[in-house]
Amino acid sequence: MTSPHIEFQNVSTRYGSKDILKNVSFTVGRNEIFGIIGPANSGKTTMLKSINRTLEFIGGATRTGTITINGEDTRQMDPNALRRRIGMVFPLPVGLPMTVWENVAYAPRRMGINNKEELNEIVERCLRQSVLWDEVKDRLDLLGTRLSGGQQQRLTLARALSLSPEILCLDEFSIAIDPVTTMRIEDVLKELRKTMTIILVTNLTQQARRLADRTMFFWRGEVIELDKTDVIFSDKPADKRTFDYVNGVFG
Amino acid sequence: METASKNPFAPGEFERKKDQALAHRKWVMFGFCMLLVLPLIAILVDIFWKAAPVLSFDYLTENPTNKGKEGGLWAPLIGTFYLVIGSLLVVTPVGILAAIYMNEYAKDGWLNRTIGIAVTSLAGVPSIVHGLFGLGAFVLAMLPGFNAMLGLEGDEKWEAGLLTASLTVAVMNLPVIITSTREALGAVPQSFREACWNLGATRFQTIRTIVLPNSLSGMLTGIILVVSRAAGETAPILFTGATFFKFIADEGVEKWFPYGPGEPFMAMSMHLNIISNQISQMPENMKFGCAAVLIALILIINSFSIALRVWLRGRKRW
Repeated sequence: MTSPHIEFQNVSTRYGSKDILKNVSFTVGRNEIFGIIGPANSGKTTMLKSINRTLEFIGGATRTGTITINGEDTRQMDPNALRRRIGMVFPLPVGLPMTVWENVAYAPRRMGINNKEELNEIVERCLRQSVLWDEVKDRLDLLGTRLSGGQQQRLTLARALSLSPEILCLDEFSIAIDPVTTMRIEDVLKELRKTMTIILVTNLTQQARRLADRTMFFWRGEVIELDKTDVIFSDKPADKRTFDYVNGVFG
Repeated sequence: METASKNPFAPGEFERKKDQALAHRKWVMFGFCMLLVLPLIAILVDIFWKAAPVLSFDYLTENPTNKGKEGGLWAPLIGTFYLVIGSLLVVTPVGILAAIYMNEYAKDGWLNRTIGIAVTSLAGVPSIVHGLFGLGAFVLAMLPGFNAMLGLEGDEKWEAGLLTASLTVAVMNLPVIITSTREALGAVPQSFREACWNLGATRFQTIRTIVLPNSLSGMLTGIILVVSRAAGETAPILFTGATFFKFIADEGVEKWFPYGPGEPFMAMSMHLNIISNQISQMPENMKFGCAAVLIALILIINSFSIALRVWLRGRKRW
């Protein structure tokens, strides 16, 4: 592992009286692709939401423990500044009700970038990185909500990249995207890791196997096993449940 | 072989009876529907029929004379116009900002819910109660203090007039604006807001760039609804500024600006009320003329609202 970038220290979250994350501790290294696998409802999305503090928008949600980025406690940071450092892609594709161009330029414009050429460059770069450019380059004035599901998903990815974040969190980013395009995006991710740390939450265990340096098996709010991807997908990971899950004999 | 040649899909005795029963029921329901529509049509035809002799352009632009027995409707018409504008100036910003706070900022706790219930209850309060509230709060409590603060004496003093009536109508319409605005804001999917927050946009930036532009149509509908209510209600202005009769200029600039904010004014609903039952030997035509103009005014405003809604729905972006 490279030097630590994101650290979870004894993080627990609750929705009302329901425990979601149970005393979770782990470290994500700089410029690492960090895979997280695990069944639905284990708290993977909650974990991402607690990194960028959007968990605070959910009524009744509380968090204890410490999450640090570069050794700095996220609780001490301005939440909006924090969110701008973290690109987030959630499973549900969301095209904002504005043009494709405006969608991608949204965050930079809120940051006060108003130079049209500069914005054009950002839009083109992000749309190329999310492998959407060829499909929309001639109709950037199309409404983002009128794109197909897979295109909106890539638009969401383009938006997340628009501020050149230092961390990119992908939560099931490929469920609405066809396999060929997914492969092309995966190639882009391998490029992007040079400049950012990528957390990849996926139900496609093979995707984690292809991309991740290390993989964490997460189940019912607990870290079951965290190791090099090769070990997790080998014949003998440390925990039998990991082997069962990866090989589809779970439950 | 005889049975084989029959159409196996032809309706049997049971299906035929069922179809008949359904057809009967349909006509019964159509009858009830007509029961609702016919009285409305009858009222409209009756009013406009009896009003026809007096309706003309001059009827709208001339001032009433001889206690409203002759002349036109200009003075109450322009009074209603200023009443509507005045109440909108108060109710729109207050109502929309309150709704934005309740929907976008406030946590969904007991306080927010209590305020929500209070607003809904306020909408159910009869308009005459709002009128009495306006009398107590604005005419009797606020105006004397206002006059004292500005040091106004004698004839200079502001009395119950456009200001107090507008405030009262605004209070009456506040729950309507708040409710319709909250509904409009609630119709914007939460996922849009979350997407913006994830990009580091502040709550205010999210509201300004995503929520407001996409809920404008619902808000406008609420505002237009309020306009026709402000124009049509008599009770809230009865004690708070509307007057039975007032001479105003027949021409010139003053014809367009006849009432100061601290002066009593004439209004359509009040005028109709007075000439219908307070003045003896009032010609029938004049009563029905006034009613027809008031109804036409409200119908025009409402159809404008419907047209606006249809147009904005066509521009819906998701």
